[in-house]
Amino acid sequence: MDLFEYQARDLFEKHGVPVLAAEVVTDAADAGPAAERVGADSGGVVVVKAQVKVGGRGKAGGVKLAKSPQEAVEAAEQILGMDIKGHTVGAVMIAQGARIAEEYYFSLLLDRTNRSLLAMCSKEGGVDIETLAEERPEALARVAVDARTGIDDATARHILEQAGFDTADVDAIAPALVRLWDVYQGEDATLVEVNPMVKTEDGQVLALDGKVTLDDNADFRHEDHAALADTAAADPLEAKAKEMGLNYVKLDGNVGIIGNGAGLVMSTLDVVAYAGEEHTGGRAKPANFLDIGGGASAEVMSNGLDVILNDDQVRSVFVNVFGGITACDAVATGIVSALEILGDEATKPLVVRLDGNNVEEGRAILARADHPLVTIEDTMDGAARRAAELAAN
Amino acid sequence: MAIFLTHDSHVIVQGMTGSEGMKHTQRMLRSGTQVVGGVNPRKAGQTVDFEDGVQVPVFGSVAEAMEATGADVSVLFVPPAFTKAAVVEAVDAGMPLAVVITEGVPVQDTAEFFAYAQAKGTTRIIGPNCPGLISPEQSNAGIIPADITGPGRIGLVSKSGTLTYQMMYELREIGFSTAVGIGGDPIIGTTHIDCLQAFQDDPDTDAIVMIGEIGGDAEERAADYIKEHVTKPVVGYVAGFTAPEGKTMGHAGAIVSGSSGTAAAKKEALEAAGVRVGKTPSETAELMREIVAGLG
Repeated sequence: MDLFEYQARDLFEKHGVPVLAAEVVTDAADAGPAAERVGADSGGVVVVKAQVKVGGRGKAGGVKLAKSPQEAVEAAEQILGMDIKGHTVGAVMIAQGARIAEEYYFSLLLDRTNRSLLAMCSKEGGVDIETLAEERPEALARVAVDARTGIDDATARHILEQAGFDTADVDAIAPALVRLWDVYQGEDATLVEVNPMVKTEDGQVLALDGKVTLDDNADFRHEDHAALADTAAADPLEAKAKEMGLNYVKLDGNVGIIGNGAGLVMSTLDVVAYAGEEHTGGRAKPANFLDIGGGASAEVMSNGLDVILNDDQVRSVFVNVFGGITACDAVATGIVSALEILGDEATKPLVVRLDGNNVEEGRAILARADHPLVTIEDTMDGAARRAAELAAN
Repeated sequence: MAIFLTHDSHVIVQGMTGSEGMKHTQRMLRSGTQVVGGVNPRKAGQTVDFEDGVQVPVFGSVAEAMEATGADVSVLFVPPAFTKAAVVEAVDAGMPLAVVITEGVPVQDTAEFFAYAQAKGTTRIIGPNCPGLISPEQSNAGIIPADITGPGRIGLVSKSGTLTYQMMYELREIGFSTAVGIGGDPIIGTTHIDCLQAFQDDPDTDAIVMIGEIGGDAEERAADYIKEHVTKPVVGYVAGFTAPEGKTMGHAGAIVSGSSGTAAAKKEALEAAGVRVGKTPSETAELMREIVAGLG
């Protein structure tokens, strides 16, 4: 889960990373009092920042300096509701102003390639880091971090030295890096990025803007993380599927997809897209990703069908199951009872492909039920074509 | 021969006495695997009854189980919250192969136990979040159904469980030396490259199927490895051509971010390394059949 800047800031503060005073508001009228409070120590100067989970908001006009509460309200009015790369701004952060002397970059992330953690650090912060990494890779230090020991004072100093900081700056910044490791480990993050980290004119080190991604697998040890989820932005069908514990992603097509196993479902999306191009001139496309997992019980199947049939764009459904652990007869029974549970709500044609464990029994169960909406196909390719044609007609 | 797992493998199950552990231990036994023990400190000294009068002893620790049985493979069905401790225990005991089936392990934990195993240098980890591996009619360590196909001379390595099954099914008339499901998490103990290397060295493997998916750059690096080190024919398949950017497709590792991790980039890299890449599982199987026919 990606967090908003203000949520990252709060986690930084919780773990002792130096940050500036800030408040988040969703109503422009609240920006005035907020600016009075957070600007109290900065001569009334605040920065009004759009809260969106996408880069480049400064260029898009989503960050404005305000020198009075009135200016803060005006800036909030301009920014709230703004569209930044397809993201509508629903909240702004009012942050205390700072006199910035220097801008740096720091991040700690999962390094899939080396199967460890990686710290990246540069004296040239505040810029687009991908661009910096490409154009001047020597300006960006990359230091492997051992997942077991993390960043202690010595590691922090090593990272900063690699990035070319002088001793005085190393002394000043190292404690913040140790605190950022606490954020990374303590919150089970997969990314902690500070861009920029700044030194103010009076020598203070601050995390001015932060990006944090949390590991959903670790939710079981972070009950407080559930409150960070951005429920407002979630697609309603995705939200419903999540409530049911289904692994569902809404896409922009008309063939509903249900399968077992992430890889097989991904593959099913591709096969349906190809069939759509080849046999319907591109009019049929996958409408969703839905993995019902290894144990495809009747209840899970019925929940899955319920979500997919509630997608108004869906015109046909492809159920693609390889019976591995789950036997095909159990899956077939699941489909039949799901259709019984749904009754009249099931109105769209279903193309079912079953293979693997107990496939004959599974197909026999579907044949006996003889449901008018269900077509059985022998192969994945054949079923994809059939589902695509049904969706395009 | 096969890779990593043979008829000589002695398998223990960490978490055998749980419901998943019991179910899959039975399946492993049924497919001929020598399951020699389970581990559960609270049930040490007991035995568990399986079909056909088979009794499997339960030990208090991995070290005790190894000492008593000579086990050289451990399969883990341990809940995510306890997986790190269980893997560390296997590593400390010097277990040569630990197969971590558990789904939903925090990646920080995986990074830690992987680093720990690397430092010790005696344990190969497969997974987490994987179906395990099978050398048909020799041994089965994990949850791959043993009845899809029999022994043959194709090696298979895949990030995805059900795609592994699908591909074994498509090529069931040829059969496999070993099929390895390496798992779809961002950090995994055994990579495509590790398996390619082992298959290249395995005299009982003639050709290799490699199944990848979106996310990361493991397939691109595997392509570089193939170009340099693999002389056996390799056929590839990559799932997720139509996956949109920024959406995780089921596996925690399956996400396209920006221009990296796309299926198209992976396919291109593999083809540049001389790997024939199928558009669909069935087309991939067809490419493999052509290769096997050519090998005579």
